Amino acid sequence: MNWSLQFFIWIPLLGFLMSLLLKRTNEKALSYVAIGTVGLQLFLGITFVSIWLIKGQPGINLKDIVLYRNEDYEFLIDFYFDKITATYLIVGAVLSFMVILYSRYYLHREEGYKRFFNTILFFYAGFNITICSGNFETLFIGWEILGISSFLLIAFYRNRFLPVKNAIKVFSVYRLGDIGLLLTMWMSHHLWHENITFLKLNNYTLVHEHLAGHSYVGVFISIMILVAAAAKSAQLPFSSWLPRAMEGPTPSSAIFYGSLSVHIGAFLLLRTFPFWENQTIVRVIIVLLGLSTMIIATGIARVQSSVKSQIAYSSIGQIGIIFIEIALGFENLALFHFAGNAFLRTYQLLVSPSVVSYLIREQFYNYSPHEKSIESGFPLKLQNTLYILCIKEWNLDEYLYRLIWNPLKRAGRRLTILPPKAIYIFFVPCYLIGLYGLYHKELLNPTILVYLPVFFAFIALAMVLQSFAEKRNIMHTWLLILMSHFWTALAIGYNDIFSVTQIYIYLSGIIGSGVIGILIIRRMSQLEPNIDLSMFHGHVYEYPVKAFVFLIACLGLTGFPITPTFIGEDLLFSHMHQNQIVLAIIVSLCFVIDGLSIIRVFARVFFGPHIKTYHEVAYRSS
Amino acid sequence: MERTTSVFDERELLRELKHYLPAQAPLKDFIHHNSLHAFQEKPFFEALKSASDIFGYKTFLSLGEFRSLHQKGRINDHILNRILEDSVGKNLTESWKHKLTQESYDENIQPNIGLLRAFWKKKLGIDLESFVQPLLFRILCSYLDQGIAIWEFPLHKDGFLATIRQIEENSSSSFFKGKKAKELLFNENTSITLLLKLIVGEESYFEQYIFDQQFSHQGWSGMVSVVEDMPETLLVTKKISLREIIIFELLLEIDTLDDRFKGKWKPLCELVDNVPEALFNKRAQSELDTVLMLWQQAFEWSFYDQVLTGIQSEKVVNHTIEQKSFQAAFCIDDRECSLRRYIESFDLNAETYGTPGFFGVEFYFQPEGGKFTTKVCPGPITPKYLIKESGAGNRPKKDIHFSKHSHNFIFGWFLTQTIGFWSAFKLLINIFKPTMSPATASSLKHMDKNASLVIENKDLNHKEHNLQVGFTIEEMAVRVENVLKSIGLIGDFAPIIYIVGHGASSTNNPHYAAYDCGACSGRAGSVNARVFSFMANHKAVREILAGKEIHIPAKTQFVGAISDTTRDEIVFFDTENLIAENVVLHKKNSLVFEKALDYNAKERSRRFDSIDSKQSAQKIHQKILTRSVSLFEPRPELNHATNAMCIVGRRELSKGVFLDRRSFLNSYDYSIDPEGNYLLNILNAATPVCGGINLEYYFSRVDNQKLGAGTKLPHNVMGLFGVANGIDGDLRPGLPSQMIEVHDPVRLLMIVEHLPEVVLNTIKRNPATYEWYRNDWITLVVVHPETKEMYLFKNENFKPYSTVSQKPEMVSNIEKLVESHEENFPIFLIEQH
Repeated sequence: MNWSLQFFIWIPLLGFLMSLLLKRTNEKALSYVAIGTVGLQLFLGITFVSIWLIKGQPGINLKDIVLYRNEDYEFLIDFYFDKITATYLIVGAVLSFMVILYSRYYLHREEGYKRFFNTILFFYAGFNITICSGNFETLFIGWEILGISSFLLIAFYRNRFLPVKNAIKVFSVYRLGDIGLLLTMWMSHHLWHENITFLKLNNYTLVHEHLAGHSYVGVFISIMILVAAAAKSAQLPFSSWLPRAMEGPTPSSAIFYGSLSVHIGAFLLLRTFPFWENQTIVRVIIVLLGLSTMIIATGIARVQSSVKSQIAYSSIGQIGIIFIEIALGFENLALFHFAGNAFLRTYQLLVSPSVVSYLIREQFYNYSPHEKSIESGFPLKLQNTLYILCIKEWNLDEYLYRLIWNPLKRAGRRLTILPPKAIYIFFVPCYLIGLYGLYHKELLNPTILVYLPVFFAFIALAMVLQSFAEKRNIMHTWLLILMSHFWTALAIGYNDIFSVTQIYIYLSGIIGSGVIGILIIRRMSQLEPNIDLSMFHGHVYEYPVKAFVFLIACLGLTGFPITPTFIGEDLLFSHMHQNQIVLAIIVSLCFVIDGLSIIRVFARVFFGPHIKTYHEVAYRSS
Repeated sequence: MERTTSVFDERELLRELKHYLPAQAPLKDFIHHNSLHAFQEKPFFEALKSASDIFGYKTFLSLGEFRSLHQKGRINDHILNRILEDSVGKNLTESWKHKLTQESYDENIQPNIGLLRAFWKKKLGIDLESFVQPLLFRILCSYLDQGIAIWEFPLHKDGFLATIRQIEENSSSSFFKGKKAKELLFNENTSITLLLKLIVGEESYFEQYIFDQQFSHQGWSGMVSVVEDMPETLLVTKKISLREIIIFELLLEIDTLDDRFKGKWKPLCELVDNVPEALFNKRAQSELDTVLMLWQQAFEWSFYDQVLTGIQSEKVVNHTIEQKSFQAAFCIDDRECSLRRYIESFDLNAETYGTPGFFGVEFYFQPEGGKFTTKVCPGPITPKYLIKESGAGNRPKKDIHFSKHSHNFIFGWFLTQTIGFWSAFKLLINIFKPTMSPATASSLKHMDKNASLVIENKDLNHKEHNLQVGFTIEEMAVRVENVLKSIGLIGDFAPIIYIVGHGASSTNNPHYAAYDCGACSGRAGSVNARVFSFMANHKAVREILAGKEIHIPAKTQFVGAISDTTRDEIVFFDTENLIAENVVLHKKNSLVFEKALDYNAKERSRRFDSIDSKQSAQKIHQKILTRSVSLFEPRPELNHATNAMCIVGRRELSKGVFLDRRSFLNSYDYSIDPEGNYLLNILNAATPVCGGINLEYYFSRVDNQKLGAGTKLPHNVMGLFGVANGIDGDLRPGLPSQMIEVHDPVRLLMIVEHLPEVVLNTIKRNPATYEWYRNDWITLVVVHPETKEMYLFKNENFKPYSTVSQKPEMVSNIEKLVESHEENFPIFLIEQH
């Protein structure tokens, strides 16, 4: 039986791949593949859970595939199943099944019918990988898929401005959450000296033993987990992304941002509960976070005058409560609450267009002009202050810009001292010298050797920051990103015994995707002479195939689990020592910003309002 | 590109701006209108060009679409040649034909709007709209909100700015970031002019700047403009003006610039290095403009000519009806066109009529327990009457899922864990077995079938809401006479005359009001049908009518009814008042209606992907019923899609032509109206109503993004009055793509059966109506009642028109035809029995 656990991964993945092969116009086949996939998953899920219940709910761990191994490192795909997985599996399958049935007619004749089902199945695969994962590495694969498919779903209407802008916004927040997960994985390596499975996390003595004497490490990991969870579940201070994710067709918003995607943060907390169970300070922090989110989000929900944003904020408030429940140790209640909230919000979003006829009728018969809300009891000044703050969403959206993105951009701009050509002239030889040094470390002064990794990592960061701040030249941006990966590899190379194979593993995907990207950018600049980063161009309208290939290249370059680079990334982190927090932070920053930079290049070239206006083009403000 | 410096006049600017902004009312009052109403004083093609040059609207199908229609034969080659010969002359026909079919053109549209304001981004690198719009929209939406928010905007009675001032005055937080904008808000001298001086500088740019600014979110500005002029269009009235939101937006802009540049920025005029084209600059007609215009005409006439040939060649076998089984008057709505055909074919002794669906009775309706009144007559009319409902039994049921309690954390916590699971179950049920729910908008909810109505006014002082309750006998008689005479029903009355209003049902559809009867201001026509029947049954009314040569036999009874265009159902009212003989007849007639509705459902189903049209009519009807209450069905019906013509004349004129549900049908008998007095009334109503519907479909189809609402799938309901994409987008007026995708954008062909000279005199009597024809927004053809000769209205006169199409094919089996495919049909002749 344990062995069959992996089907829950393969079925959605297979369904997704099949859906890719179908013809764009073949609505029937596309919907049948989707229904078949999720239907089968639902059926097997129920069967599996029933048997599992009869057997007395054992925790199941399935060590599946070892993707890479050397003497002190092992990258393995591992699955785990317990009641948390069971709940998420069943709720996910039930909701997805219904929503796919729903969308089958709802999306009829919609441009992008195929893309919709592709993305939904992709998302569903990511969801299932995440919830069935047995270790952080596997979870991270699912996590990345969720991120990118979210981007694609939000930007479903890819030739309009707002969906694309908001998709990038959401992707950025997700990426911030990814730092949390990357650092969690890095620190875990050092805490456990292996890729710890969730099964082992449940082992109280083991956890206790490892954490003894490393309490700050424990707290660090827990906080990083919380950052990742809060970002995915739209808790403070990240909340403002959720309503902005409601740009795709209503069913996709309903299922993903109303229910499944947004509860993944709660899942992560549930999953890692045994780890931070005994860290009182962490539990207190989570309760406080949940509590403040609950209060603030409810306040914001109360002033929302659009249906979807109101539902989004109420959902955030409920998830705040779920966080509290988890922190207090009410696991069953949290699971129950998750299911109820997911169902309710999905349904509310799906019927949200009905709200006009329903509420107008209700108002027609029941209107009374001076209905007071609770707030009317507050002093006037407080009322006004709170009202303005709630309307402005407590400036949450703005502060992410002010505190994170703008400083990063500014830093990038400051670092742009040299013109593009000079950068290549200067840094390529530098790199070669560095590379030479790597093989002849004996020539270098040991003190310098200690600082070199950080120095190189900083060059990598500088490059990626520059690429993030670059306003015009696309090729330059792309090359900067590419170079930054090389510098990162070099930095780690100096840090430890990092064999050539490992470097190859890391760089293989980077080089491949980098070259494909360069080719596409060159071709596009030949076809459309005026492409730059200052605005959206929407070229997917005319070049959908190139856009798709470029997307793949972008994914490869971000270390998405389609190339060995993904394992290389993990390897990279395993070579950073526990006390090299600066290095770890620089490198994870590199990864995060590099993702943003890449997605920005992609979006600017291919997404957004089409610059050609020989066909219907939507207003920017719509 | 000269710029004339004129003195800037704020009021003039606002007037001008309002003229061009979208005029769509809130969703509950959705009424079709010409999307380019602002350009209606110009000839059609000239207007289209201006609209496109100024605002960047796409106003035609694309060249590629026209060419493909030509290749498919939908654009008739003979017609194309004739149009070319008429327009460019015989010599140039060949070279122009080459241009139309082969030559490639740059079809990119480069409008003037937005050019000036683009300098902010170009020169300062600041994206003002991204900073200002989300907040502006959210504040506007909260201010106008009709009941979504739980915590409402703390309003001030003096309007929008007063409200903002009131809240800013006494608060520790602010909508603004800096001090300057806030000070300006409280400064008594602040005006649009003053703010523009700060932000733009040079006066000659003021107008263009404001146009750029307001048209960057024309949806919101349009809504504000409509609410300003018609506050009653919102149930919870809000005081707001365009001037106020412009001031507020300018303040937000100043605030953003201050914040971004720390108070150091120059007015826009100093950033302008090359002067942008003036907004209303007239551009020369390009070759592409001409090409598209010619294609459009060829496309339209390929269809018109078929229709006219059809009408000319149809022959109605005039068999004498000994005993009429019933007569039924429907709305002129194009959706009733096929239903009438089926009724006539299933009961050869039945006659049908068409007249605007408010049946000449104009009033406000107040259902029992309703806190408001609803207008149920064409938009331009302001009625003086109120009809009240009493004894209603079924009031709307509640649905806990819409409860606002779920948005608070305590109740929410409780509800998610209880109702949450129930919703999964409900959703499952609706997916597999859709049923009517409290969320469904249904034509029957407009009025309770079993309630009674106060129709007769016995005391002129009986007034409510400043309206007279009910009509006096004289007032009734005038209205009944008008309707009967205008449709030519003044003798030969059948025992039962049905007055059938119409409405629609749909679920999950914010645009539900667009599906109801346009002549009843986007409501169901049930009350009007009942009211008219009551009047026509009234003894005293009949006495007065008898004095005017309309003798309605005592045994003839009028029966009001409502037919649901989505569900193909009919409900009759007050049937308990039927005399015994008529009860029997009614029973028989009901069967005819039922059968006709089944077949009507079948005919409609050919356009629906989810239904196999080859099944039996009854089976299909069942599926149509399910479809109408399915949450996941964005096309419960296709509404007026494919509408293309309006026929004003006797039924015989078009009875033998298969019009594919594309025609408005207004009954009219020229012989009793030699001077065109009733015709004038008909045209005054039908011209703007049908023309408005037709043009809204036209423009939503050719530019679904800028003039339509785009796809409805991502729509988010804003404040119960509009829809937007996502949470911080502009409002989307116009029709969603699901409503227009099968529509062929052709102007309305108005066909009137009368003498050309009478029609000419008649249309000239009302300048507003005349404008539609003079400027070619509607094509007018007059059919001579006796000779069937055709006259086309062109350059303010009628010229004989001869058709070139071949005589249409004859169909004997419509059922087979309907099963054949889902595209538009050509015109057919129907075999008469």
